[in-house]
Amino acid sequence: MTGPTTTIRSTGTVVGSWRATWLVIEGLWTWYRRSWRATVVSSVLQPVLMLLALGFGFGSQVQPGDATGGLRYVAYLAPALLVSGAIQNAGGESTYPVLSAFKWQKTYWGVVATPISPGQLLSGQLLWIALRLLGSGAVYLAIAALFGAVTGPGVLLSLLFAVLAGMAFCAPVVAFSASRDDDGQGFAGLFRFVVMPMTLFAGTFFPISQLPAWVRPLAWLTPVWHGNELARGAAFGTLRPLATLGHVGYLVALLVAGALLACRLFRRRLAV
Amino acid sequence: MSTVDHPLVTATGLAKRFGDFEAVRGIDVEVNRGEAFGFLGPNGAGKSSTMRMVAAVSPRTGGDLRVFGLDPDVDGPRIRARLGVCPQQDTLDNELTVRQNLQVYGRYFGLSRARVRERATELLEFAQLTDRADDQVEPLSGGMKRRLTIARSLVNEPDLLLLDEPTTGLDPQARHLLWDRLFRLKQSGVTLIITTHYMDEAEQLCDRLVVMDQGRIAAEGSPAELIGRYSTREVLELRFVPGGQEAVLPDVVDLAERVEVLPDRLLLYTEDGEGALAAAHNRGVRPISSLVRRSSLEDVFLRLTGRSLVD
Repeated sequence: MTGPTTTIRSTGTVVGSWRATWLVIEGLWTWYRRSWRATVVSSVLQPVLMLLALGFGFGSQVQPGDATGGLRYVAYLAPALLVSGAIQNAGGESTYPVLSAFKWQKTYWGVVATPISPGQLLSGQLLWIALRLLGSGAVYLAIAALFGAVTGPGVLLSLLFAVLAGMAFCAPVVAFSASRDDDGQGFAGLFRFVVMPMTLFAGTFFPISQLPAWVRPLAWLTPVWHGNELARGAAFGTLRPLATLGHVGYLVALLVAGALLACRLFRRRLAV
Repeated sequence: MSTVDHPLVTATGLAKRFGDFEAVRGIDVEVNRGEAFGFLGPNGAGKSSTMRMVAAVSPRTGGDLRVFGLDPDVDGPRIRARLGVCPQQDTLDNELTVRQNLQVYGRYFGLSRARVRERATELLEFAQLTDRADDQVEPLSGGMKRRLTIARSLVNEPDLLLLDEPTTGLDPQARHLLWDRLFRLKQSGVTLIITTHYMDEAEQLCDRLVVMDQGRIAAEGSPAELIGRYSTREVLELRFVPGGQEAVLPDVVDLAERVEVLPDRLLLYTEDGEGALAAAHNRGVRPISSLVRRSSLEDVFLRLTGRSLVD
């Protein structure tokens, strides 16, 4: 039973869920339009520098062989850098900006005082990060193509897999950030002990078959390894249906579990 | 012509618990259209918790609450669409411009781009921020940020504006400017709910108020009614070197209806302040200074919540 409502004079209305999500993205885009320059170095330049230094520089000393699928090292590396770039960016976008919106600028509290709900706010934030990953990845790909490091149009599919891997990492990290009330100390550990080893050892620069057998299962847990398998498979046309399904399934599971947990934590923190 | 309008807010036995802590312990409140209604009380009295429940962002743990006749647990978004909220701490996006803060916020209420542009211009004028429209928010003064927060809360032309300690932390100039803006809103018919621990603010702005203490309502009425009910017409303040006030207490205690002992002075509540002062002098009481004044809400507050302001 809802009682009698009072005369409405306000111009505010409740927007649908999709539109609410979109409006959150629009707000973040307004910020990005002002501040994108500051983000270019970390989001685009870093993978390009890696490609130049390790792909071309170091790679000039590497013989194409079984480990590189018979490809030049730079071509072997290019799709994987798409994945590690997405992971790095996902880490950056889902840590400090999220904590700040809860704790320092408190902008999330501003948003949920409007008809927009915590769940819609979270969807907007996640989709925004996905769009960022897509944009940065596309720019990296264009540059990689200019340098001749790209093997064919399959890399466009690699880009989508890289975004999926990035989001599979992003969603749980957003949940982690939503649970923090420190000044970001927790993030230092995340970058040192999760992001960094993942980037170095989960099949980006060399196949994980080179790792000691007991370390390999750790690599299997990372979204980086699954992303690398998919991105390389798409770029080189070597995707096998069952393996693809497995990798995608694992990444989607991480993404969904992370998003559900984040949603709980957003509600718990913003609606108390 | 006038239609019978239901109260904008009705709370019955409204309660809020956080774990073992009871922030709000069953309060009854009714706020009518066009009123400026105040929650007055020391920090921790439960004012902000009440405000967050009315703002439909914090689910109640007991009792009943209707805002615009709707249940916040069921119709939160519909309620929030018609509310303006000025929180205790600014939630502005410091990296956007003043104007962008207004426009982005307006969009969350489903307003069109054209409408938010128009509205932003009006509100910049109202908040006297037109000169700073395209500056970033970060370097603005506290007073300007508060004005922007209030302007932002008006973007949807709310039926009810919630102001949680709107002037805390501002200098006197900034407070007066803000009060002036709030007066104008009141004049234009916006219903206001204000929490504050500043008595002068409550006296300036509120038609009706409740004094909250430890999660309960200690008293309710207009500022004048409360003063009439809980205090005397005049107050004689006798100031002593700290400690000295205790010594003379026995000499003056029968000169007033009630005496409050503050760290550096005695407050004598009486209908005739000058008479009490003369009588004290005759008994040889020699304060450092004395003052006769009319009772204010502050006196009501001291009486109802114990003399110390918990800060």
